Amino acid sequence: MYQYDNYDQAMIDQRVAQYRDQTRRFLAGELTEDQFRPLRLANGLYVQIHAPMYRVAVPYGLMSSKQVRKIADVSRRFDKGYVHFTTRTNFQMNWPKLEDVPDIMAELATVQMHSIQTSGNDIRNTTTDELAGVCADEIEDPRPWCELIRQWSTFHPEFAYLPRKFKIAVIGTKADRAATRLHDIGLHLVKNHEGEIGFEVLVGGGLGRTPILGEVIRPFLEKKDLLSYLEAILRVYNRLGRRDNKYKARIKITVREHGLSHIRELVDAEWVHIRKQLELDEKEIERVKKHFTVPDYDTSAMDDASFAQMQAKDADFARWVKQNVRDHKIPGYKIAYISLKAPLIPPGDVTSDQLDIIADLADEFSMGEIRASHNQNLLLGDVKQGDLHALWLRLKADNLAAANMNTMADMICCPGLDFCGLANATSIPLAKEINERFDNLDYLYDLGDIKIKISGCMNGCAHQSVGHIGILGVDKKGEEWYQFTLGGSSEADASLGERLGRAIPKDEVVDTVATLLEVFKELRHEDELFLATVRRVGVDPFKERVYADN
Amino acid sequence: MQIIKDRAIVEDNWLHLDDEAALVAGDITVSITRWQEQHETLAKHQGGLGIRLTGEDPLEEIVPDLAEFSLIVLIFPAFTDGRCYSFARLLRDRYKFTGEIRAQGDVLYDQLHYMSLSGINSFELAEPEKIEQALAAFDYFSESYQTTALTPEPLYRRR
Repeated sequence: MYQYDNYDQAMIDQRVAQYRDQTRRFLAGELTEDQFRPLRLANGLYVQIHAPMYRVAVPYGLMSSKQVRKIADVSRRFDKGYVHFTTRTNFQMNWPKLEDVPDIMAELATVQMHSIQTSGNDIRNTTTDELAGVCADEIEDPRPWCELIRQWSTFHPEFAYLPRKFKIAVIGTKADRAATRLHDIGLHLVKNHEGEIGFEVLVGGGLGRTPILGEVIRPFLEKKDLLSYLEAILRVYNRLGRRDNKYKARIKITVREHGLSHIRELVDAEWVHIRKQLELDEKEIERVKKHFTVPDYDTSAMDDASFAQMQAKDADFARWVKQNVRDHKIPGYKIAYISLKAPLIPPGDVTSDQLDIIADLADEFSMGEIRASHNQNLLLGDVKQGDLHALWLRLKADNLAAANMNTMADMICCPGLDFCGLANATSIPLAKEINERFDNLDYLYDLGDIKIKISGCMNGCAHQSVGHIGILGVDKKGEEWYQFTLGGSSEADASLGERLGRAIPKDEVVDTVATLLEVFKELRHEDELFLATVRRVGVDPFKERVYADN
Repeated sequence: MQIIKDRAIVEDNWLHLDDEAALVAGDITVSITRWQEQHETLAKHQGGLGIRLTGEDPLEEIVPDLAEFSLIVLIFPAFTDGRCYSFARLLRDRYKFTGEIRAQGDVLYDQLHYMSLSGINSFELAEPEKIEQALAAFDYFSESYQTTALTPEPLYRRR
């Protein structure tokens, strides 16, 4: 993975010093709350209901074991001994003290981590495919490009006060595991007719109050032009994006109001001027790529026979393998998901002690690296098949082996009213109730891949509009109600869910999920997946049953 | 009044005229509206001439006139309004404006660094009493990754 040089390290160290001084001035009354707000946000610090919430970047989801141990350390010393992983592969601390944040930041800087631009109206952490570099169907590893974007976007002086936040995701496969069509810019590494690899560029995707899928602004962009083209889009957006209404300030609205073809013309007109100036040279591309070379894989890993034997012998292990293990591009290696969706645990939460164990396991079994996924789980990307049983036993001992990836229990859920100052309704308790009601694993396996996403308000942090079942908390005269949508997807076949009908009171939410599942079981053809059934029959059959009583 | 110019505190005597105010001798700035309506009269002005722009204004329309101005004032109605960062960048980088570019309005200590990297070289602080302290705001960072008004080559060509 990328290792900082003196330039990178100096910049984050200087950032710590700057933020320490800003915090000091705020606490001394030299900065007003309004003046301090964007400064702390640009460093990932929100002020929430109970306490500040501190968000730290995990650039493109990749962490070393050393970094994970440091996360364990700071969450133990400065928080309540756990952290929460987000859908954009950042992690959050829910209970830090505002005055401690410069110290936390300084600790993180010692392991090349930072919280720069994890909030605020700036360019956020760039995300990618959690299987980057290890999946078989990759056109090219997207991570060096993510790192180039990280450096270009970090402290970009022109784009620190954009109309609104700005998110970029990059993938190198046809399958989309990074929800790129829901990003302000989505970049797909593609091969053109001449066999050259470049980027398909999408713009204007986003969730929130007005969910919109990104559209192609440029079908093929040469790699050397990546930064100049991004800069052109950002400059057009910085000048044109609406600043009168924060709900209409994202680039998706700019694109919708001005039309994609007009935006394309403006971007192209800007781009011609800066294309040469910002061209990436081979030397820089190679410098960054050198940090992502293919590791020294053991070719004898595929000779192992114990993996098959242990699955035959141990049904629980076999079940975990089926749900949580994926194929690796190298025969004999596997990718193992560490579920952060154990029953009754808030989705995405992991304790300091568990983090230490995960770091040890990564050192022992997976070349010292850990990845975070868009679905709020962790994974080890390079595990020999012969090591999987030993790994599973250790994960199981620490409640990290829930065999529920891609089942209904693998929910995405925002912090909701329990933690967030914006929320209208709770979300974590609902996830818990759903888990309690549907705790039979065989039932979940039979249902197959069902993605439930629960957001506590229309800002949509849990991406409910692209959930197979989306649940959105709304406030009705001080009471929590929930709006259901069906049939959304964030993957390559991305679509926005359709509203089921009027909102449902809190105490009927779990029953409603049960009804939806009953209807699905009646209507599905053999092993048809939930999403396919909804797309085939539409929402009406579900609607009729859910609202049958009145 | 005192302003920061080229990282030093200097006395400033520019007069920023309202659209209705009578022309006076000396160094003056006018809005883009007034410039466009009265450019013939203003071009004959004996003192220094400057123009004031907000992020709403059509920057490109005054590009042919840039040689007339020795000062361009960029107005930040709120420090969160980042449009004029792009204006500054374009004025320096594309339109080769070499005169003074000044930030006016909600201009605060913590934005000075990015403003200066974007090409702004003088600052009327919203809190003039903090002017001494504000001189330190330019020194937090020794490098930046990007092409800036101060470093025409991005870091990746220099590292």
